[in-house]
Amino acid sequence: MSAPDKALSAGLMDESKAAVGSKADVEGLDFYYGDYRALKSISMQVHERRVTALIGPSGCGKSTFLRCFNRMHDLYPGNRYEGQIILYPDNTNLLAREVDPIEVRMRIGMVFQKPNPFPKSIFENVAYGLRVRGERSRRRIEEKVEKALSDAALWDEVKSRLHEPAYNLSGGQQQRLCIARALATDPELLLFDEPTSALDPIATASIEELIHDLKAQVTILIVTHNMQQAARVSDYTAYMYLGELIEFGVTDDLFIKPKMKQTEDYITGRFG
Amino acid sequence: MVNSEHASKQYDLDLDSIRSRVLQMGGLVESQIRNALDALASGDRALADEVIAADHRVNGMEVALDGDCSHVIVKRQPAASDLRMIFAITKTVTDLERIGDEAQKIARMAKSIHERGGAGALSVDVRHAAELAISMLRRALDAFARLDVDTAAAVIRDDVGIDTEFRSILRQLITYMMEDPRTISTALEIVWIAKAIERIGDHAKNVAEYVIYIVKGTDVRHTGQMSGTSALNA
Repeated sequence: MSAPDKALSAGLMDESKAAVGSKADVEGLDFYYGDYRALKSISMQVHERRVTALIGPSGCGKSTFLRCFNRMHDLYPGNRYEGQIILYPDNTNLLAREVDPIEVRMRIGMVFQKPNPFPKSIFENVAYGLRVRGERSRRRIEEKVEKALSDAALWDEVKSRLHEPAYNLSGGQQQRLCIARALATDPELLLFDEPTSALDPIATASIEELIHDLKAQVTILIVTHNMQQAARVSDYTAYMYLGELIEFGVTDDLFIKPKMKQTEDYITGRFG
Repeated sequence: MVNSEHASKQYDLDLDSIRSRVLQMGGLVESQIRNALDALASGDRALADEVIAADHRVNGMEVALDGDCSHVIVKRQPAASDLRMIFAITKTVTDLERIGDEAQKIARMAKSIHERGGAGALSVDVRHAAELAISMLRRALDAFARLDVDTAAAVIRDDVGIDTEFRSILRQLITYMMEDPRTISTALEIVWIAKAIERIGDHAKNVAEYVIYIVKGTDVRHTGQMSGTSALNA
């Protein structure tokens, strides 16, 4: 029998497998909290305008890895990076000493586990980053705020109360506000650190839907404890264990037929 | 293949129970085929009726096992080898149920042939093809039980043998029918029986292909038997 017709047998998996360029290349990354080596020789490609999920048990280094991308570890003395993270298209090594972390964070946004809106109005939360960047035109700020809130699927819910305190919003809305805040400054890469672990299933679904829509414009890295979430939202998945990258691959392949036994044991819920 | 246990003992128990009942179902359809063929050879119409009546048990096992697989999917969201196992089981039970249907068909034809006084001068032997089909089924189930890809690959290769047997039976029957048109009704019934045996071989081959999918994660369906063999080295 001949092989099945290619056009007819194209499936759901084929789109995510289409080759795309790199947004960032991680090369031989080590990270130390003082003397403790938390990340060990990690090399990995972050595909442009795709969602890459980082999974692994607690303490495996996935959040530490995520935070390297926007130099969050710089905030504490004694932390040390080795290796490099090259951001494209300009080949900037994000970890180089001469690269200003503030510059890095202008290009790379982050959303945390718990929504953390500023104690300001909804509008001002989103406008904040623009003002910091020196944007003074009221009209441009209003346009950007509306676009960011729309992109974060929040505009319709808040457009009539933009000047109310952000704390009046529900947890899921606050998280979308934080995403809007990150989007307002047109980041190239968005980092999500367990963005739905404090949310109910409906709010989680809306954030996941949002992540799916956002990848048309921005590259996304997401840390999640929820493997089904990684399987749902990501195109690529990296499995980490004890500071090492054990396996990296196309999400569907990794969840159906992982190459490494350690990955298999983790995603099937077996003892290591 | 992963041998270590799940963090959840109940998950292990559920999967073990499902796998062992797939094998029970396989044992039941194998005995259905044997009984149908015995009824054909001996003219034992009561035995043929037993086979026909017992088909509902096979059907019931298919429904129950599919239900249990849905249950595992909903409760455990299986991944990787567990996902492939559950997926392959729902397909395997469909093939086993169809083998049951083929056994029932053979029993019906056996009854009909003997009600008309037996095969008479038609000395066409389907027994060899039938033994080959039963052997394929048994080895496919063994391969499933032991997750043995070598045995599964051998079963896939053996399907060609049954197809050859089927064509040879067909040629003999055509010869009889041309020589003596009075043999046509019985000859046609033997054609249906031979076709049923050939289909049992196909279903056994499918089960063997699922075993390769479970163990290797490679889908060897419709790729030709050589690909089935080369997939083992992947």
